[in-house]
Amino acid sequence: MNVLLWGVLPYLVIATLVLGTIWRYRYDKFGWTTRSSQLYESRLLRIGSPLFHFGILVVFIGHVGGLLIPEDWTEAVGISESMYHFNALLFGGIAGFCTLAGIIILVVRRRRTGPVFMATTVNDKVMYVLLVGAITLGLWTTLVAVGAGSEAHNYRETVSPWFRSIWRLNPDVHAMAEAPIQFHVHVLVGMLLFAAWPFTRLVHAFTAPVHYLFRPYIVYRSRDARTPAPTGRPRAGWSPVGTPDRDRSTR
Amino acid sequence: MRVMAQMGMVMNLDKCIGCQTCSVTCKQAWTNRAGTEYVWFNNVETRPGQGYPRRYEDQEQWHGGWELNKRGRLQLKTGGRLKRLLSIFASPVQPELKDYYEPWTYDYATLVEAPLGDDFPVARPKSLITGEDTKVTWSANWDDNLGGTSELGHLDPIVAKIRQESEDKIKFEFEQTFMFYLPRICEHCLNPSCMASCPSGAIYKRSEDGIVLVDQDRCRGWRQCITGCPYKKIYFNHKSGKAEKCTFCYPRIEVGIPTVCAETCVGRLRYLGLFLYDADAVTAAASVPDEKDLYEAQMDLLLDPEDPQVIAAAREQGIPEDWLDAARRSPVYALAKKYRVALPLHPEYRTMPMVWYVPPLSPIVDLLSEQGHDAEDRDVLFGAIEALRIPIEYLAELFSAGDTEVIDGVLRKLAAMRSYMRGINLGREPDESIPASVGLSGETMYEMYRLMAIAKYDERYVIPKAHVEQAHDLEELGCSLDYDEGPGMYGPFGEASGRPVPVAVENFQALQQRQTSDEPAGNEELRGRVNLLNWDGNGTPRGLFPPRREEESR
Repeated sequence: MNVLLWGVLPYLVIATLVLGTIWRYRYDKFGWTTRSSQLYESRLLRIGSPLFHFGILVVFIGHVGGLLIPEDWTEAVGISESMYHFNALLFGGIAGFCTLAGIIILVVRRRRTGPVFMATTVNDKVMYVLLVGAITLGLWTTLVAVGAGSEAHNYRETVSPWFRSIWRLNPDVHAMAEAPIQFHVHVLVGMLLFAAWPFTRLVHAFTAPVHYLFRPYIVYRSRDARTPAPTGRPRAGWSPVGTPDRDRSTR
Repeated sequence: MRVMAQMGMVMNLDKCIGCQTCSVTCKQAWTNRAGTEYVWFNNVETRPGQGYPRRYEDQEQWHGGWELNKRGRLQLKTGGRLKRLLSIFASPVQPELKDYYEPWTYDYATLVEAPLGDDFPVARPKSLITGEDTKVTWSANWDDNLGGTSELGHLDPIVAKIRQESEDKIKFEFEQTFMFYLPRICEHCLNPSCMASCPSGAIYKRSEDGIVLVDQDRCRGWRQCITGCPYKKIYFNHKSGKAEKCTFCYPRIEVGIPTVCAETCVGRLRYLGLFLYDADAVTAAASVPDEKDLYEAQMDLLLDPEDPQVIAAAREQGIPEDWLDAARRSPVYALAKKYRVALPLHPEYRTMPMVWYVPPLSPIVDLLSEQGHDAEDRDVLFGAIEALRIPIEYLAELFSAGDTEVIDGVLRKLAAMRSYMRGINLGREPDESIPASVGLSGETMYEMYRLMAIAKYDERYVIPKAHVEQAHDLEELGCSLDYDEGPGMYGPFGEASGRPVPVAVENFQALQQRQTSDEPAGNEELRGRVNLLNWDGNGTPRGLFPPRREEESR
């Protein structure tokens, strides 16, 4: 069971994530969008969205630090385990709660604002369950750790080595199996989220427009530079001509 | 000098009757899809009025366009790149649907399905956004013909500004005597702020003809362009989650036919043609410190297509000979630079717009004739132009960053043309002092009259075709020879299967069929759709009407 969960599943998830993203990019560039709903409602969005997005960015950086940097490296530069742990809990906790607060505002907004709810697909709903699940479970691990004080489980001896070992193609199943239950659940839901990622609106994160900082303001493009439009398949996504009335029965 | 070609448009506002034909045909052609119900690539506003979306010209509120920063450098009004990236998660000043309007339809089914009763069934308005019953309170031209101006007039940002400047001395009087229509499409600017705001770099300017397009495959829906465009001519498709904008009907332009709005214009007030401009000088021109110099700076960008130096530089840049020829015959260049009667819309946004307007003389003429004056007499007209400060100031806020002298000059030319031509039409000796008083020769004035009053189709629309040797690269013309089968024959799996057929090819086939077949026009099928532009009202094309009940039951 452990081998299946921590030795096989991660590779399935990585394969789905990578191949799914490539597939989506090749075949559904038209669908690759944030699907913003700001046109319908922006008062709540203006609070919830930055809270969530900046929160999750900090959380992401925290995860990179915690999972990728081995414990002896930080100790080598003089950061003791307790100091690291305290900071991780403090900043991770704050960022995590911001993220959670943000997404709760966004979910409530999505449910309570008529037009936004109408524009919500089943795909979105599944994605929200996974996303909120992963965030809440992550905060749970933090809370348990805070409750345990100095006795808290040191995930940098179990989860992190396992995570690094995945990329060395030699998964340290044993290390991960040692971790307490809250980490197991959090990691499982996280893996599900990553597997679903390429097929949801979350793909917009992969095209974060960092190059905006460096590109010229005015973009000239010659017709020559384009790849020819006919590629053997119709361009996806244009809805049919006409504006059909909203039919609730088909939703 | 880097010479580039730019398709431009001039609209003669004197001729616009506000019939909205351009808006409707444009909508039929481009935005009759779900998600674009509220999108009007072309709209016609009554001025004074709020415009569409409401109060879009109030850049203190919407932060569109460019401004000069403290160091005198050009910067987006929403701030620098980093600041804008950091505010990407919730656009701070994006218009909401309520600033446009909530699109609706009517519950027509009730009319035929309601059970027999004492009351007539009513088709109630239903929101296309929520599907619920709705109350229709606003739309794209709700203040049409000054409707509601006595209550809402103060909401026009320009009225507000002029009132403030004249310390509220002017009340509503001028709004009852002064009205004109302003048709608006995307300006296809030389220095577009929508493009500069796009984080993904999906908005681009075609280097061949300067048309500004959104790459639908690269747009990620960050919606920064909507804030960036001061004309609010980028719309968010709320179904696809992507930005959409006026395409200048590029599939038509590429094959040499005018845009839909120009083609269908009842008043024939639109002119299409080429500008040659110096692409290297654009940023400098947009950065001149004084807003009132922007019009002149923009005029300096336009290069004289007769100038041998310009021609040589254009050849160097690979602009083909027939394009240079078209640039020499360009009606838009003539109106903007040769006669200097066409002005850019809101040059103070520093975007260098390429859709130009001949400001209307008609409000002044109407007023004079109502008061019993001779509205074709030069001195009466000139006197009126001087006396009617409010309309002039209003027009100046629209077309010359508040510089009334520019408007004055243009209106004087139009007035002079009016009285000069009256003399000729009455068989009098042409009064050469009239054109001389506005700095033109009699011959030039006559040419200007010809272009503005009686120019034929091929003089109003001088559109060089995209080049055959580039055909395989064109979005629309690509492999046009491969499409020799008629419309309706697409792929093995029915509609939308197989290779996509360019719109222009589809239209070309439909037109050809209409001209050569014995059947009522419009009977041809286009992927199960009916081409309304080709339908002449005869017959009952399949797919246009719902099937009759007998047919259904069969």
